[in-house]
Amino acid sequence: MEFLTPPPVRWLELDESPTPAPPAAPARAPGGSGDVNGSERNGHAPGSSFVSSPRRPRRSTSVAIERMRIQDVSIAYSNKPAVRSVSLPVRQGEVLALIGPSGCGKTTLLRSLNRLTELTKTASLRGLITLDDTDITRIEPTLLRRRVTMVFQQPNPFPMSVFDNVAYVLREQGSKRPRKRVLKEAVADALDRAGLLEEVKDNLDHAALRLSGGQQQRLCIARALAANPEVLLLDEPCSALDPQSTQVIEDLIVRLRDDVAIVIVTHNLQQAYRVADHVAFMYLGELVEYGNVASVFETPQQQRTRDYVSGAFG
Amino acid sequence: MTAQASIQPSPLPSRKGAVESSATWRLTDRVGLAVCWVIGVTFCAITVAIVLYLFIQGIRYLQPSLLVTSPSSGFTESTSGGYLDPIIGTVVVAVLGMAIALPVGVGTAVWLSEYGRPAPLARAVESTIDMISGVPTVVLALFGLVIFSSPLLGLLSRTSDHVVYGRSFFAAGAILSLVALPLVVGSTRAGLEAIPSRVREASLAVGKTKIATIRRILLPTARPQVVTGAMLGLGRIIGDTAIIVILLGATLTLDSANGTPLLGLLRGTGSTLTSFVFQNAPTGDFNQPHKAYAAAFILLLMVLALNGIVEVVSRRGKTAGWNS
Repeated sequence: MEFLTPPPVRWLELDESPTPAPPAAPARAPGGSGDVNGSERNGHAPGSSFVSSPRRPRRSTSVAIERMRIQDVSIAYSNKPAVRSVSLPVRQGEVLALIGPSGCGKTTLLRSLNRLTELTKTASLRGLITLDDTDITRIEPTLLRRRVTMVFQQPNPFPMSVFDNVAYVLREQGSKRPRKRVLKEAVADALDRAGLLEEVKDNLDHAALRLSGGQQQRLCIARALAANPEVLLLDEPCSALDPQSTQVIEDLIVRLRDDVAIVIVTHNLQQAYRVADHVAFMYLGELVEYGNVASVFETPQQQRTRDYVSGAFG
Repeated sequence: MTAQASIQPSPLPSRKGAVESSATWRLTDRVGLAVCWVIGVTFCAITVAIVLYLFIQGIRYLQPSLLVTSPSSGFTESTSGGYLDPIIGTVVVAVLGMAIALPVGVGTAVWLSEYGRPAPLARAVESTIDMISGVPTVVLALFGLVIFSSPLLGLLSRTSDHVVYGRSFFAAGAILSLVALPLVVGSTRAGLEAIPSRVREASLAVGKTKIATIRRILLPTARPQVVTGAMLGLGRIIGDTAIIVILLGATLTLDSANGTPLLGLLRGTGSTLTSFVFQNAPTGDFNQPHKAYAAAFILLLMVLALNGIVEVVSRRGKTAGWNS
């Protein structure tokens, strides 16, 4: 509770800005004027506001079905709280972005959605997470993790062929069945949904670790989609990738959101702005603000959100 | 030490190449470097001398006919037969030993690095394995003799009048597996622990169980290290003498026990190349040094071949990798 007040505002110097803008007041709504925001952190051209950067083209999110609900969830490692009583809905048809500075509990919250936090022996969870109105602790973890799949920060393909990476998900637990021929279509479909099929269809037998970083990450997305999940969790999926691969994956995320509920953790505010429909800002384990992307970025209600999205700290 | 004191502080060497010349070093450092060189070259020279000597001696006395004839009781090189039986014995012992050491070793390594629970037991097992690798094999052999000559294990070795001999291929193979075990465990663990944890999580995160992850992802990934451990263990088994002499017996020929052919062979006694060399060395019971040289040469070839496999496998294993 000792950090409840936001840290002091720290302005970043823009050295090589072509149009050096004077520091603006943090409280001002960044309506499009070239004021200082998270531009350095986000690697964009200094001086340009991310709010003015284009959002991905999309249909309206009129069809939003609630798939998961996080109710008053608190997670602690040993006795150190990481997430404090967070409540959030996760809807199919829209992308939910979790933003916030490092160590604010975003990833922990994300991992709790498919019970990966249980792999950490010291982690304990209070509260209720439901998937289609079923308490996820009552679902067999292996079953839950096929319905709620996850893509990690670092591309982590298995050291086998591209085909086998996807087929592995489709096969029975430890078995090598069904055989390759049977799975061909399903694998191609998953690769297609991840937008990778065109690039790899001629060499599905090549080692996955020989793909480029962006391709590896899309392979991981294909793998996550192969299980035909209801919810897709993305833990900073682009932080290890170059801008072009990032763009490809962002397009993919927007394209996928109708079929599957997507939760994305990101450090990159512009990315959150580009791909998300709803944004949850977390700070020191607490959910500070939740709302649709426009309201959180353009008219934040909380002082801490305002400071964070304007780049005052983080 | 006056020479050292009189050394003028030399100007800083120009940074032309990445390789530093030792000409600018202090005298003590240069002497140290020279000593290291001498030691290194000495070791290489010793190894080369052994290999060359055995090659020359081995090729001189090795005849193809020796490979397919059994040892016989003769007092001259021409009448004492070949070493078919020791070669068969070596293969049998190696197969038996690895048949035990590989599954047990891989299983232990998986348990230690993937489960490790209960933690105190895991720690105890870890240090026990370290200890086994430090125990002289002759001690293991004596211990094995005590175990396998107990009446309960009579099935595994020859018996006569209710006396269990405790010497058989079974007994030797079982105790030899202990010699290979630490190498298999150590190498497999190193392979498993080199896999980043996010790869395990990736498998769990698509709904696979831990067992499925281990079987389909972790062990296939660690296969080069498993093979390396197995080959090193095999080298130790093939090269061991004390356990063979004590637990397999001193007969040079295969001496099957009664019963079904294969079981009888495994319950019976015999020899391996190491015990053949031991017996035929000038200080041994049979004293046929030419035969000993030739057998030692074959043994050396086997071990070199195993080392070659290790080299190839470990080099191929390095190609795939995650950028961390």
